[in-house]
Order: sequence, then C-alpha cells, then structure tokens
Amino acid sequence: MYQAASSQNILGGSIHGNVQIDGQFYVTDSAIGAPEVPEQFLSNGFANFIYERENFSAGLRYENYTNPILGFDPRYKGNGIPFRYLNYKNKEIEITAGNFYDQFGSGLVFRTYEERGLGYDNAMDGLRLKYIPVKGVYFKGIIGYQRDFWTKGEGIVRGVDLEWNINESISKLDSLKTKFILGGNFVSKYQEDQNPVYILPENVGSGSGRLSVIHGNLMLTGEYAYKANDPSDQNGYIYKDGSATLITATYADKGFGISLGAKRIDNMSFRSDRDANLNSLLINYLPALTKNHVSILPAHYPYATQPNGEYGMQGELFFHVRPNTLLGGKYGTDVAVNYSRAQAIDKVPTGDDMGYTSEFFDLGEEVYFEDFNVEFHHKWSKKLRQILSYIYINYNQDVIEGTAGHGHVYSHTVMLETTYKINSKNSIRNELQHLYTEQDKQSWALVLLEYTISPRWFFAAFDQYNYGNNFEAQRLHYITGTLGYTLGTNRFQVGYGRQRAGIFCVGGVCRTVPASNGFSFSVTSSF
Amino acid sequence: MKKIFPVIFVLLAVSASAQDKSTARPLPNVDVKDLTGSTVSSSTFENGGKPIIIDFWATWCKPCIEELNAIHEVFADWQKETGVKLITISLDDARTMQRVAPFVKGKGWAYESYLDPNGDFKRAMNVNMPPQTFVLNGNKEIVWQHVGYVEGNEEELYEQVKLVAAPAK
Repeated sequence: MYQAASSQNILGGSIHGNVQIDGQFYVTDSAIGAPEVPEQFLSNGFANFIYERENFSAGLRYENYTNPILGFDPRYKGNGIPFRYLNYKNKEIEITAGNFYDQFGSGLVFRTYEERGLGYDNAMDGLRLKYIPVKGVYFKGIIGYQRDFWTKGEGIVRGVDLEWNINESISKLDSLKTKFILGGNFVSKYQEDQNPVYILPENVGSGSGRLSVIHGNLMLTGEYAYKANDPSDQNGYIYKDGSATLITATYADKGFGISLGAKRIDNMSFRSDRDANLNSLLINYLPALTKNHVSILPAHYPYATQPNGEYGMQGELFFHVRPNTLLGGKYGTDVAVNYSRAQAIDKVPTGDDMGYTSEFFDLGEEVYFEDFNVEFHHKWSKKLRQILSYIYINYNQDVIEGTAGHGHVYSHTVMLETTYKINSKNSIRNELQHLYTEQDKQSWALVLLEYTISPRWFFAAFDQYNYGNNFEAQRLHYITGTLGYTLGTNRFQVGYGRQRAGIFCVGGVCRTVPASNGFSFSVTSSF
Repeated sequence: MKKIFPVIFVLLAVSASAQDKSTARPLPNVDVKDLTGSTVSSSTFENGGKPIIIDFWATWCKPCIEELNAIHEVFADWQKETGVKLITISLDDARTMQRVAPFVKGKGWAYESYLDPNGDFKRAMNVNMPPQTFVLNGNKEIVWQHVGYVEGNEEELYEQVKLVAAPAK
C-alpha cells in the first residue's frame, strides 16, 4: 500500500502543516497533593499551516490554550494566531516579514526559539533580512518585538550578524586541511525609562565574536559575548556589565569521540523588558553544559544555567568496543562516559549600585550541579540487547529551584534497560531504575514494561515507587499506563495514572509542575 | 461549549490529514549546518535520482538512536539494493550540539549528518517531535513520512524506499 505524504495543491503551490492536541481529565487525588481542577478537563493545542510556491512561503500557527494544562504558565490562557509570516528566498537573499525564529552564533547574545511542549516561545515579530553578498559570507539583520504569551514585549530588539567561512570564500583555501569560520554580531534593545527614581539605560547593547577552527577530526569553537550595563529584575537592578564565554573542543574518529566544553557566565541575563522574569522575553540563550537526562528517575534532577553567574565545564567520551573482544562480545559494546559541573563565580560586593566585581578566573565556592554518568550499550544477540547505566547527581535544590532551606540533593541512580525482539514485528522492553538519595523525598524505584507491535501499536506501563520516603504516608506508587497508535504521520496516545510533581527546565529557567492524576490523551498529525 | 471545541478541532485536523490527496511535494529550501558548522542549503541534498531518507533525531532522543542503530545494521544491504542515501538532521541546540559529531563517529554511522540547532528545517518540514522520517523520490519530492519509532519500523521504511527505487514509479 502506497501511503503518500498528503499535501494539497493550491494556486500552483502546496499547503502542508501539523497539529497537536494534548488534553487531560483530572481526578482528585489528595494523597499525592494534586490540586483541584475546577474545569476538570484542560487542554493545549496548536496547528501550523505552511504554504509554499517556488521561492515564496507563508505560514501561520493557530494556538488553543483555552484552559492550559497544569504546569503551563497560566498567562498562556487564550487562543488565536500569534505566529504568522511571509517569506521570500532565493540563492542570495531571504526576506521574512512577520514572525520568525533565529539565532546568532551559539545564541549567547540572540536566540529566539520555541519549545511548544514545554510552553516556551519568544518569537520575534518584525523583519529579517539574510544576504549572501559573496560566497562564504553570510549576513543577517533583524528588528522587531518579542512575543510575550498573548502580547508583545515593549522593548525593541534589533541586531546584525556576520559570518565569514574563510575557506568557502577564498577558493585557494578551499582544499586546505584546516578550515576557519569567523563570526560577529551586535544586538541592542530599546526600552523607555519610566522609573521615577532611577536613571535606567534605555538602549542596551550586546555583542559577541566567535571562531571555529576545524582540522581533520579536530574541531575547536569559541565565543565571547559582552553586554553593557542593564539593570533588571533578574540581576537586582545593578549597573554592572555582563559577559559570557563558551569554548568547546571535539575530536572524533571511527568508533571514538571526545568532547570538552567550558563556559563562564557573568551577569548575562538579557531580556527585551528589564522587568520581565521567568521565561518571558529572553533575547539570548545560555546553554547548560550538562547532559540532558531523559530517563524518568534521573530526570527528577535537571539543570539550567544560572544567568547571574556561573562556571561550567563538561567532558564526554564515546567509544565502540570492537566485536570479538572481552568487553565487546559478538556484536561490540558502545560506552559513553560523561562528567559535568557548574559552580559559582567569585563575586566581591562593591556596596554600591554596581553590585559586585569578579575576576575572570576566580571560582566561587558554591557548587550548583555536578553529574557523573556512564552508560554501556551491549547487544547479546539479534534478539536481545541491554543498556546499563550509572548516574551520580549533586543537585543544589535551593539555587536551581529558587527555594531556601533544602540544600543539596546527592543521588545515585542505576538503570538496566532490556529490549527483546520476539519477531520482526513484536518486541518487549523493560526498564529497571533505582535512585538512592538521603535528601529530598529519599529513594525511588521504577519498573517499566513496554510491548510494541510494529508499525502501529505500543503499550506501556510503569510504576514509580517512592518506597524510601521518610514519611510512611508518602511512600506512594505512581502508576501510569499508556497506549499508542501510529498511522503514518498520525499518532494517538492515551494514558491513565498518576504523575508526580516534577521540575522542567527550559529557556534557562526551571519550573515545577504539580502532581496530577487522571486520563490524558495526545494527538499529533502532520499533513 | 469550551469542551467541545478542542474535540472538533482534533476531528477537523485529523480528517484533513487523512484526506490523502497524495500529491508528492518538493523539499523545502532551508539552511542547515554540516558537522563542521558550514551553512548548507537543503536544496543541495542530492543522490543522483535515487531515493533519499531524511531522519530527524537528537542525541537526547532514545527512540531516534534505536532507529538509526537498527538501520545501521542493515544499511549496507539497503544501499546495495536501492542506492538509498540517509541524511540525518540533528535537533540538538547549543547545549548538546557539540556532542553530535563525536556521537555519530562513536556509533560508526555511515550517514550524511547535519545540524538544525534552531529548528528551522524542523518547522519547514512540520516535525512535531523526533524521530520523524521522510522518504524522498528521485526528484527529491517527499512521498512518505512517519512519526515515532518502535522496534521493527525500519522494515516498513525500507518497503517505502523499495517502492520509490523501483523504476516504474
């Protein structure tokens, strides 16, 4: 059966898009502290439509958050079309009018993006020009306002970025073994000062320079960003300037890879409204240099960069142990080792409105986050494979969640995942996870079972059991069952069960999602 | 009324997608980055009239890695039989982007790999969540796509590749 990707032909062009709806019926469950939901049913939904014809495209997104799901910022409540654009692109030039997402370099100065599932969207609404004047030279210019839920921020954001791929543009260097890419940008925001007491800077400029050097399998990249004084809610209205430095080095060869990263962040929160907080109106993006754990128990303790000041470093090693060796067995073993750490920069208070001074290489004492993890992927036979991992996390709960009196959570997690392929269509998967900690809610155990029938069906059930909780009444089971059905690009999923209160980090800010119990569904579709 | 609206919305959207007008559409022209950071336009993706698979993935997406591993084991045969090329588009952003090259090499994958750190190509292709897989015919038109991965899905994917590779298309 030839099931084609369906799209519609209109006016000689094509229309395509996607849609997603998530909904949940809430059940009262006082044992886990699930809040009462008067509406009983909450849902989030959106649909994208894109029209394309040759060099021209146009698109819009309709969003429906009539009553957003628990854990979403309540300011999302509403519905409408917050995202629409017209775009023209040929070989040299691209013009976008309306909404767009973009980033300069690694985003230390400017990045607008969306994480629909987590409720993050700081899209620009304005104009963008991309231009390639000569081969290897890439220019971008942007101006506009940023999205803030159903309104726009009052600050104007404008910026330019220039990237020079030296080997591309100078044909003599094209065959050179070492490649260089240079880039630089400048972004400024304007926001009127209406404060009766302080004289606040109405224009705040920020810029960065970046360089990548690639030699064979070795790649080095570095970016340094600077921001002029920018008193804001986030930094406590101090007049100190800010900076961010990000350096990474990677080496990769067949069956072997290593990556090292380091960064220093100093007073680098940059928003188009100085009074904005949480996930609102961020102009830049400060990446966390930590592994993004997706397994359920280690994801209890995620991390986000501390924009007011942080040293971070990460090292990671991947290698493939060849088959027919002691550790490799018949099919070989994949090994990954990762270590990361984030801690304070040293700050010397000045006692005035400059806030503090900080020497570039002086580390502060407080550790924000530390993670050591190791992972083995081994295939025993054509039918059976396993993943064994260990994760140690030192989580500074007060700093990351913005609370007081909790201190650090030190956790050790061991996980074993087993996949058994019964035949070409049917498979069974099992996950066993155990998280040990003396702090927070103490230890957890998890059992997950999944059965899949390719290409359409999956069934999964898991139990998270907080068996180690110091309070006997809190030693609860969080049991969830899920059923999924996929037909081409349509995916339907229903679930029933308890969700624990959790923490999600996006856009550099972590927020807590309350516990809940009930029936949930999700529909996604591309067309 | 408020409860009914989302339900209608779902039905409309799903029925729109199920209409299956089955017109192949051209690949959107969007810039991505190669693993060394150079800008590459998706219009330059090429396989000399043979089928192309485009697979959206990320280093933090487990089913994506399972899918690419499963294909890796049979890919030499696929290439021999159909001449297919597999292009991976990583959705890792500045946080995990530097992991992609060592990760891909560490796995020994023989795919053409690109980065889409701000999701431009992802949006143009209407990808909700990875993995999402597309099959392109010899004219580089999207003729089939699939969301998600469960064990064994690679066989359905290969059936589609073979359909496209067959001379009578």
